[in-house]
Amino acid sequence: MKVPLSWLKDYVEIDIPLPQLARILTMAGLEVEEVRLVGLPFPSQEQHEFKFTGISWDPQKIIVARIDEVMPHPNADRLVLCRLNDGAEEIIVLTGAPNLYPYKGQGKLENPLKVAYAREGSQIYDGHQPGQVLTTLKRAKIRGIDSFSMVCSEKELGISDEHEGVIILDDDAPEGMPLVDYMGDAVFEISILPNMIRNACMVGIAREIAALTGKPLRKPKRTIQPVHPSIEGLATIKILDTSLNPRFVVGLARNVSPNPSPYQVQRRLRLAGMRPINSIVDSTNYVMLELGEPLHAFDYDVLVQRAGGKAPTIITRTAHPGEKLTTLDGVERSLDDFTVLVCDTAGALSIAGVMGGLESEVTEKTRNVLLEGASWNFINIRQTVASQRLNSEAAYRFARNIHPNLAKEGVQLGLERMVCWSGGEIAEGLVDAYPQPAFDPVISLSEADVQRHLGIKLTARQVADLLERLEFECRIEEDTVHAKTPPHRTDIGEGMIGQADLIEEISRLYGFDNIPASRLAVELPPQRGNPVQEMEDRLRDILVGLGLQEIITYRLTSPEREARLLALEDVPYIYLQNPISADRNVMRRSLLASMLEVMEQNIRLRERLAMFEIGPVFIPQPDQLLPAEPHHLAIAITGKAHPTSWDRSNSARLDFFDLKGIVEALLETLHIKNVRFQPLAHPYYHPGKCAQVLSGENSLGVIGELHPVIKKRYDLGTSPVIAGEFETGVLRAVMPDRHDTRTVSAFPPVLEDIAVIVDEETPAEKVLASIFSGGGKLLIEAQLFDIYRGEQIGPGKKSMAYSLTYQATDRTLTDKEASQIRERIIRRLEQDLGARIRSQ
Amino acid sequence: MTEAQGLLQELQQIQNTALETLKAVQDETGLQAWRSANLGRNAPVMRIFSRLGEVPKEERPLVGQQANQVKQAIETAYNEYETRLHEAALQNSLARDRIDVTLPGRQPYHGRLHPSTQTLRRIYHIFAEMGFQIYLSSDVETDEYNFELLNMPAHHPARDMWDTFHTTREGVLLRTHTSPGQIRVMREYAPDPIRVILPGMCYRYEQISARSEIQFNQVEVLAVGRGITFSEFKGTLIDFARRMYGENVRTRLRPSYFPFTEPSAEMDIECFVCGGKGCNICKGSGWLEIMGCGMVHPVVLQNGGYDPAEFTGFAAGMGPERITILRHRIEDIRHFWANDIRFLEQF
Repeated sequence: MKVPLSWLKDYVEIDIPLPQLARILTMAGLEVEEVRLVGLPFPSQEQHEFKFTGISWDPQKIIVARIDEVMPHPNADRLVLCRLNDGAEEIIVLTGAPNLYPYKGQGKLENPLKVAYAREGSQIYDGHQPGQVLTTLKRAKIRGIDSFSMVCSEKELGISDEHEGVIILDDDAPEGMPLVDYMGDAVFEISILPNMIRNACMVGIAREIAALTGKPLRKPKRTIQPVHPSIEGLATIKILDTSLNPRFVVGLARNVSPNPSPYQVQRRLRLAGMRPINSIVDSTNYVMLELGEPLHAFDYDVLVQRAGGKAPTIITRTAHPGEKLTTLDGVERSLDDFTVLVCDTAGALSIAGVMGGLESEVTEKTRNVLLEGASWNFINIRQTVASQRLNSEAAYRFARNIHPNLAKEGVQLGLERMVCWSGGEIAEGLVDAYPQPAFDPVISLSEADVQRHLGIKLTARQVADLLERLEFECRIEEDTVHAKTPPHRTDIGEGMIGQADLIEEISRLYGFDNIPASRLAVELPPQRGNPVQEMEDRLRDILVGLGLQEIITYRLTSPEREARLLALEDVPYIYLQNPISADRNVMRRSLLASMLEVMEQNIRLRERLAMFEIGPVFIPQPDQLLPAEPHHLAIAITGKAHPTSWDRSNSARLDFFDLKGIVEALLETLHIKNVRFQPLAHPYYHPGKCAQVLSGENSLGVIGELHPVIKKRYDLGTSPVIAGEFETGVLRAVMPDRHDTRTVSAFPPVLEDIAVIVDEETPAEKVLASIFSGGGKLLIEAQLFDIYRGEQIGPGKKSMAYSLTYQATDRTLTDKEASQIRERIIRRLEQDLGARIRSQ
Repeated sequence: MTEAQGLLQELQQIQNTALETLKAVQDETGLQAWRSANLGRNAPVMRIFSRLGEVPKEERPLVGQQANQVKQAIETAYNEYETRLHEAALQNSLARDRIDVTLPGRQPYHGRLHPSTQTLRRIYHIFAEMGFQIYLSSDVETDEYNFELLNMPAHHPARDMWDTFHTTREGVLLRTHTSPGQIRVMREYAPDPIRVILPGMCYRYEQISARSEIQFNQVEVLAVGRGITFSEFKGTLIDFARRMYGENVRTRLRPSYFPFTEPSAEMDIECFVCGGKGCNICKGSGWLEIMGCGMVHPVVLQNGGYDPAEFTGFAAGMGPERITILRHRIEDIRHFWANDIRFLEQF
């Protein structure tokens, strides 16, 4: 919300520097996002805690001046010459402002015009350039006349974008006074928290400043005496649903004439971000900004006419089926059955609390105004705003719950302002339908309550003092304060909620800064740890150590995206009702599908890619409200097996065994036992290069080389892509809590090689199992170092060469023992696999 | 001249010649040739020894002694020269083997943790040391847990603060914050005191742009116990900020509004880019907003199964991606899930 400093000063004395004001507001929950200077000097650089923008007016150069005569320009129709007095001397100033044309050639003006005058050398905004561009006034000749100074528009002085004409100040502006002293201002851009709608107005902010600085709040006063005849009998109100419309108040202003509002009113409205229209509309907007109560002005004569010449009856009700209304913005709107309307006997007049209808709106011809102030159910207003996609200053406020008390205050002040600026008189009395009076809770809070929540000791008196600054009515009873909520706020609950609300107000006014910081003194809770998180972080560390990059992908995807990999139909997904786009409309079921997309994007950036992701997939469960979210681990690698460098090249490509090695290393680090890789047919993978990974009988996951058909669906280059997906919960289940270590032997090992000739079909796993079963405990390692196929060993055979390590932990093995082990291994291989041993 | 004098003179000459010729030796081969010429079996000094018999008996010791000295002098010269030669050869070889150390190293392929994980871990570590443990809950949530139990009944104005992804199933949505985990952890642990952090992915219905994302990590902090005060809440968060952003970081706690906390606050730290002077990172304010926080609202405590008359607590929420963005001046939030290797490799 835009808050002009000058306006605040109507209600509270402000004698602190602007940065300090911004600071105390911000630290009280009224965050100042920016301060835009409109004339006032910039604060010194050291105190630069807030963003200050805008323009300062040089008090020597930019001043209030008087135009005594507007004369035609000898050489240009669109220019005029002003005989101007700046308080020191008379000057002829040239201007092209259209709003001065009417005064041209009238001779000496009966009512001289007061204007903002910028002398030579003034720094102002360039009126002819878009946006705000600073320029310095220099002497120039325009169509033969010297020009060195200027009568300014609002745009040139940074007040608004208005550049149609020059500012014409109110008549009482004293010529010669520096303009900054007359109307220099600063606009605070304050963000209003959802529970602080009471502060979406000048009086609200001023009340906070008064509370924070200890100055008194000066509420707006009314001085105009209402006159006979009274409003009584001139309008009636019928509220059909009091829960939707707890209060409806109208007042009447007679014989008004819509004029331009006084310049200072227009200027304030503009600074606050609203457009001045005429003195009637302006008065409703002004009071809304002043008090926070949106008002609505009806042309009373139109209402009488609609009522067939009788006194109008205002009815508030929800819309009829199919009912339509053309709102002020010219849009014909189909209304929902919950939308509340303000109507008369002839039909709908306005959407309650949101926007007026076109027909009954005040116009230039309006002479009598029925002014509405009301209170609406904020939830209902929210629904209408959402459904009609229609927002307004009024709806913004009503949707956040305005106190019904303000309806009456608003109408009274609105009539005052209206008559003050538009002439006419206020009819005595109001028509006030208030079927559901607001309940302002009384909250009891003890000193102990305050201490228990805030950790500071305040006496009941201190608590009451703080709350009274915000107009709570406090009664102290021993150590307890009973505080009655002031009749302008709707954010204070009852009972324990009300207590929390008051604790917040106390802490806010006391100052968060003033509450000392301390460390948690309460007992440490039972320590439970988080095995899932710990395990997954371990997985991440191991995989990073194995050279893989962690990625995190979108968990939102689409069935089509995943179908590239999954190629399954009718897979149940968690669908979004309101996806941001069609390609992110479900929760993923596969990590690998997203990972392949990431690989695709990176494939040309690096010679090798190796990545993993750990995260949930989302599986709908028919009998449950929420899906299962098992965590998966996906790994994929492709490209060069070894880094190339400037002096070495190695063209080997990553293949199945590289990923298998990574998985083996991972499982070994986790001490998962009895790991096996079993050939598997799986739709993602090459039928001959795919394995299920098992620990005992538990399937941990599947790895394989991407099936060529699937790989073709992605742009993944020429190297094979090897990938796998695991369920981390299963890994955790089979991972032992602890493991035993082997004794590190102090005795020398016996090393020897053995070459085993077996049938081509014999899996390596079986050869190794046979070697170990023959070798017994003393065989501690068997490493395959070569596979040979060739004539020497015959067709359909392969020779697998292993280097064997025999070692005992308690002695040096003898040659005899070593040859016995060897014999046993050979026998076992022969028996199990019909193997032959190649002679060395 | 006696025989002895003659030999002594000869010895002197032998020594002079030997030392003189050594000077001309260039390399190992030359040195070995010189050695056999001057110290070999037929070397002049050796021949002197065989001629000792020519000298009268009483003068033999003198000549013998002298011959030994000459031999030793030649040997010493040889050793010294050999050492010098070896040293020179070594220096030569070292000079020859010199490499250009500015040529690129051969980096092994190595992996890295995603930047979000790295930031999450810093947060975990700091809170772990303060006794806060990790509690996880699901991404897909119910409206009840995400809003209602957090003191936001249907149509509550505060719901506007979150743009929500709804699933096609009534009342099921993607969590907009990790706060639903607050209720889950409270219901699981009540009436034990609680100190947890709740990390997890959250979702907001927003157009993806350089500044906003549809998914983001959040870490929620929750402490519940008997007599936890605002003062302790403030102290704990300041301790965290100092660990996370540096011992001397200036913090401020500014009143704010969240439906599930009261009093509510935003914690700001002094902008570490400009030191509080105001820059485009802190949008001229000198402060960076790092977390929303507050004392747990009594309704939330009650919904979690704790009696608000007895228990109090505090909660805070922060965004690891935002923290990462600020620390590393990342210009576009979309980098996080785009996983461009050129981005990831910078962490």
